[in-house]
Amino acid sequence: MNPFRRSPFVIAATILVYFFLYAPIVGLVLYSFNASRTNVKFEGIIPAFSERVVMDGSLVKSSPCGPFHWYCDLAKNDDVLEAAGNTLKIAITATILSTIIGTMAALALQRYDFKLKLFSQVSLYIPIVIPEIVMGIGALTLFSQLFQFLNSTLNLSGDARLSLGIVTVTVSHIAFMIPFVTLVVQARLQGFDKSFEEAAMDLGADEWTTFRRVTFPMILPGVLSGALLAFTLSLDDFVITFFTNGPGSTTLPIYVYGLLRRIITPQVNALSTIWILVVFIAVLSLQLIQNRTEKA
Amino acid sequence: MAGEFAVELRDVVKNFITPEGSELAAVDHVTMQIRNGEFFSMLGSSGCGKTTSLRMIAGFEWPTEGEIYIEGKAVGHTPPFQRKVNTVFQNYALFQHMTVFENVAFGLEMEGAAKEEIKKRVAKALEMVQLTGMERRRPRQLSGGQQQRVAVARALVKIPDVLLLDEPLGALDLKLRKEMQLELKALQQQLGITFVYVTHDQEEALTMSDRIAVMSKGAVRQIGTPVEIYERPSNRFVADFIGEANFFDGRIKSLAKDEALVYVPALNADLTGLPVSDGLVNGEEVVVSIRPEKVRITAEETMNTNLFRGKVTNTVYIGTDTHVYLDVCNAKLKVYEQNRISRLDPGSFYTVGQEVLLILPPENTLFLKKD
Amino acid sequence: MFQRLRENKSVQGTLLALPTMIWLSVLLILPLLLTLVISFGRRSPDGNVIFTFTLDNYIRLLGYHTNCAGGQARCFDPIYATILWRSLVLAFNTTVLVILLGYPLAYFIARAHPKKRNLYLFMVLIPLWTNFVIRVYAWMMLLRKEGGINIALGWFANLLGIPFQPLEMLYTPGAVLVGMVYEFLPFMILPIFTSLEKIDNSLYEAAADLGANAIRTFLRVTLPLSMPGVVAGTILVFIPVMGTFIVSDILGGRQVILVGNLIQRQYLDARDPTFGAAAALILMVMTLIVTYFYTRRFGFGEEIVAV
Repeated sequence: MNPFRRSPFVIAATILVYFFLYAPIVGLVLYSFNASRTNVKFEGIIPAFSERVVMDGSLVKSSPCGPFHWYCDLAKNDDVLEAAGNTLKIAITATILSTIIGTMAALALQRYDFKLKLFSQVSLYIPIVIPEIVMGIGALTLFSQLFQFLNSTLNLSGDARLSLGIVTVTVSHIAFMIPFVTLVVQARLQGFDKSFEEAAMDLGADEWTTFRRVTFPMILPGVLSGALLAFTLSLDDFVITFFTNGPGSTTLPIYVYGLLRRIITPQVNALSTIWILVVFIAVLSLQLIQNRTEKA
Repeated sequence: MAGEFAVELRDVVKNFITPEGSELAAVDHVTMQIRNGEFFSMLGSSGCGKTTSLRMIAGFEWPTEGEIYIEGKAVGHTPPFQRKVNTVFQNYALFQHMTVFENVAFGLEMEGAAKEEIKKRVAKALEMVQLTGMERRRPRQLSGGQQQRVAVARALVKIPDVLLLDEPLGALDLKLRKEMQLELKALQQQLGITFVYVTHDQEEALTMSDRIAVMSKGAVRQIGTPVEIYERPSNRFVADFIGEANFFDGRIKSLAKDEALVYVPALNADLTGLPVSDGLVNGEEVVVSIRPEKVRITAEETMNTNLFRGKVTNTVYIGTDTHVYLDVCNAKLKVYEQNRISRLDPGSFYTVGQEVLLILPPENTLFLKKD
Repeated sequence: MFQRLRENKSVQGTLLALPTMIWLSVLLILPLLLTLVISFGRRSPDGNVIFTFTLDNYIRLLGYHTNCAGGQARCFDPIYATILWRSLVLAFNTTVLVILLGYPLAYFIARAHPKKRNLYLFMVLIPLWTNFVIRVYAWMMLLRKEGGINIALGWFANLLGIPFQPLEMLYTPGAVLVGMVYEFLPFMILPIFTSLEKIDNSLYEAAADLGANAIRTFLRVTLPLSMPGVVAGTILVFIPVMGTFIVSDILGGRQVILVGNLIQRQYLDARDPTFGAAAALILMVMTLIVTYFYTRRFGFGEEIVAV
């Protein structure tokens, strides 16, 4: 019996689902070259390069960047650049912290018995079984009550007043990222034999050296995939950020959401295209690095 | 070298908490002394406490009670990296992310040895296990036997006082295992390092060891040389665990200085002239044990003591021996007879139902304490 | 001191897990408790929370107004119950559709040649890594009157010579359903794939050997063994669908209000966090009940972390 035998039904369904997954993305990318500023209809790709932007009503006839007119426009948009900066800052900080904290917890849960083990293990499932919006409004309530209290008791005023911002977003991101990191690393630790560490200690390495030279290199692939998951979760997050951000801490998803409720120019499509490309390249290269380390 | 003993366990207890929450003694008041330069084996089936004992010597577990001495120093609570013992792990535990060279060099690096010295000593260690030229390979690219050699080299390169080996040959196939047994033994004799070897394979233990500790249920049942363990087991467990034996219940009828008379109801006879073992008193219920190859089948009626008439119930030819199963009075007895003569002639076999005479030689018929 | 730490594994474990426990307690568990507390509170005129104990918010959620326009003491309008019910139905429909679409693809990938499996999986993940909001936007562009679907339909109609009137698809419940299915499809495919991949090929051979045809093999072997994946996928789809408000916001306009929209508006537009908190708690309780019964029936496998 051929193990790779497939029924025509499965193949047809597969093609259909892949089409369903990719059609919207292809459309999105296509419209980023749209000549129409209103972006309602596809008026063809901006045809020509020229000294400066030439418009005919809402149609772009030619542009210094040619078909990539909207991408150039985007580069001039300070709001987008700021949002992109915020998004990266938050994602990188939150990924580093949640990976460290989550890996520690994974080691604890996989290796040790301690009193609050069950509590720690169960609390990891909170972000999975509770809708994100509940966590979002919970964090918002916490921060607003806490800040209200602190601002009034400490008599803070003006710029010193505590308010929602990049810190509250990052801190909340870390909270929902830790469980995912922990669960991923924990799953990878399941096959990890204690005897490797014992061998290192047996050969004269103390606890810290053992961790640095043996444990960490061996669990690194698991930690990396945990970090990768955390990073994409942070980049992708809308709901928690929506409730915990404040002035000056707008992230890209929040920015795009804001645009969708107003006028949409093909700039949004250009932004989306870049986003897809960046994430695609980042994930692909990380995947390749990981494959290499796992093979080695 | 401090003291006569390389390793000493004094009244060591190790309790584990089972998942159900109760305490389980994996090692239960074990005392043993391992001499400098000897090849010492701990033999027993799984769960007998041999591996736990080894792990306590290595420092991976701490004794609940009692104390462990290495070269005369109490080390019960010293972490593994401060002990001059090294371990060859059952699964080898080679670092997959390091080359063979890096694996073997790891322990020397931890000592802070100079680069040049590390190079020299690693090369020597690899030569010792015949792996010269494999330095740059990764463990995964080696065969099981080669990985085993790397594990040995990695532990020996540190020149430990004691080398601990936890069933190191368990994963190898039979032929390779036999080869490695002899090689390890030769290595031990050449280096003069004390080896403590854990195994569940009695043949392996008998082949390699100077002395063996037979363990069961967390306790040592007997410590002795291979010959002592086999020829003079001190209890029924050891007699049963090592090799094979016929057992009969009996009662001591008279006990002289160097001879005893034991009545065996199943044979409805007295066995006379048996060697006396310590700690048994007249009238005590005992177990009589005799190894199948020690029983002699004879053709002619001699004036021998302990002579019985038996009836053959089955014979099995296994190449080196023929196993003969007999009914003797109310007892069942198995006898292994070496095939000194060719059995090609069917007449040379015992036939089922044939009556034969048997001698239970008194010097090899033991009576042991009931377990 | 150090020696004691070295021997006390329990303390080592606690120390390692401590940052996680603190972080999760302060930022996940405490907020949930706070939400519970304020759901019994009252809104002050300027939109702040007055801490007190009243069931008003829950009574309102059940559809009873505490003061009615008509001057009656209590009058009944099940608007919020309708919203809750609509969210449940939508989450259920989405989950069913996602299983129907995701299972064949997961099966295809799991039975594909091992060398190609990673590529196929990667192709599922790419849309997932595209931002959530951007994915909704993509559907907005496809669904509107001048959008891709109507263009395609118009082209077909033209080809067949049928008169064609562009369909109004955006801002309908159907649009929200399609958007939800698209958003959460990968979350079903991955866990199902993980559990299908574990099935040893010899099981299929054994089934065939014992005389089962393809359909019976699927029903008796494949499907039961992949149930942990379906369960995990259902949890990963059902719960977020219950709580999402962007999809309905953008693809449903003001027409399709779900419990997520209700909560969001109470917090940000209506400025009544206490009522929003009560709604959030009801939402949480509903998802927990569903999860509880579902996992009690089918278990809670490791497939949950497959994504």
